[in-house]
Amino acid sequence: MRSDATQYDLIAPRSLDAVLQILADSPNRYAPIAGGTELMVAFGAGRLQPKKLVSLWNLSELRFIEERPDAIIIGAGSTFTDLRRNSLIARELPLLSQAASWTGSIANQNRATLGGNIVNASPAADSPPALLAYDATLTLVSTRGTRSMPYRDFHLSYKKTALAEDELLHSITVFCNFNGYIQWIRKVGTRNAQAISKVAIAALARTRDGIIEDIRIGAASLRETPARLTATEQSLLNQAVTPATIAAARAATLTEARPIDDIRSTAKYRAAVAANLIEEFLLAL
Amino acid sequence: MKRLLDVLREDLHLTGAKEGCGEGECGSCSVLMNGDLVNSCLVPILQTEGAQITTIEGLAIDERLHPIQQCFLSEGGAQCGICTPGMILATYHLLERYPQPTLLQIQEGLSGNLCRCTGYTRIFNAVQQAALAGATG
Repeated sequence: MRSDATQYDLIAPRSLDAVLQILADSPNRYAPIAGGTELMVAFGAGRLQPKKLVSLWNLSELRFIEERPDAIIIGAGSTFTDLRRNSLIARELPLLSQAASWTGSIANQNRATLGGNIVNASPAADSPPALLAYDATLTLVSTRGTRSMPYRDFHLSYKKTALAEDELLHSITVFCNFNGYIQWIRKVGTRNAQAISKVAIAALARTRDGIIEDIRIGAASLRETPARLTATEQSLLNQAVTPATIAAARAATLTEARPIDDIRSTAKYRAAVAANLIEEFLLAL
Repeated sequence: MKRLLDVLREDLHLTGAKEGCGEGECGSCSVLMNGDLVNSCLVPILQTEGAQITTIEGLAIDERLHPIQQCFLSEGGAQCGICTPGMILATYHLLERYPQPTLLQIQEGLSGNLCRCTGYTRIFNAVQQAALAGATG
């Protein structure tokens, strides 16, 4: 059943500082809302819990893409369309560009933000595997100041994050030192467009004389949060890609994957596909 | 916290935008917000402050059909009509960026707009005809 619109209160301060002050003054009272592609679905279905919301949509302080000599900094309010149309991201962060292109539909990409995709904390979200593979850094902001943390530490448990009640995700920083790395990403969904992942994996690796010197694998829908597949990574580090190491990597993936049965797929199918994706990635090295 | 869709349909009586799924999957409520295709069922009205909203009612000028509408008509790209306003606005948005889109670009551009009368082939034909006719936004 539809929510009663009169029971909900949305405010739209015109600056980031004003939003942060509201969050500081009344923590746990206002829920931030950006492009609404998640919260407005809950609102339409009559199950949006927060009754007071504060809009982040189009705040210029959160909507930017900045190039530094060694890094790219993406404002949390950047939409997936902003990411797709950015030539710097297409060139330097192809995994993120690709993930943006298969997030929802064009209309959703015009509204959904990278920050929203991260803080919503769905284990099936599209951008996290790429951000995990890039070992992105998050910058969080509140009236108390800013702090940075590795994205890999942000998700604590299912839908629980390190974000404090008075904090917002400000930006995502990726340090670009991917010369010599192979970058690979694949999403398995019900159809090509507008699907929520059954499984998705983004990975990158650097090899030297056939030996894997560095490797990072990010996965969606395999654990209760977006997660690095660290056991799989460890099984491959300082190894050559051989039938034996592929088998060991597949076994490691099956060990650390904790997929679930749900409306979109089964745990058994997800685990099998995850192992197949790992093999496909390794054969691309 | 009203939705843009409800303000359009119930307050302004602009009923071209339809409510299909109400969760951003079907595209029946598509409108243009500052030129960008959006699902109006997912837009709180407050976030449209100062924005230019174009609905299907705003596409035809002086009661003459927009060339995209004309192509949907001549190619039979509409059956029951529920998805049609959204399809046409998605086409408008697509042709603005890709005046001569490939079939793949058309399929992607319209992938957020569902037709349950199984009319996609004729819809894609209509988009191609509109592109040939130079019907950019």
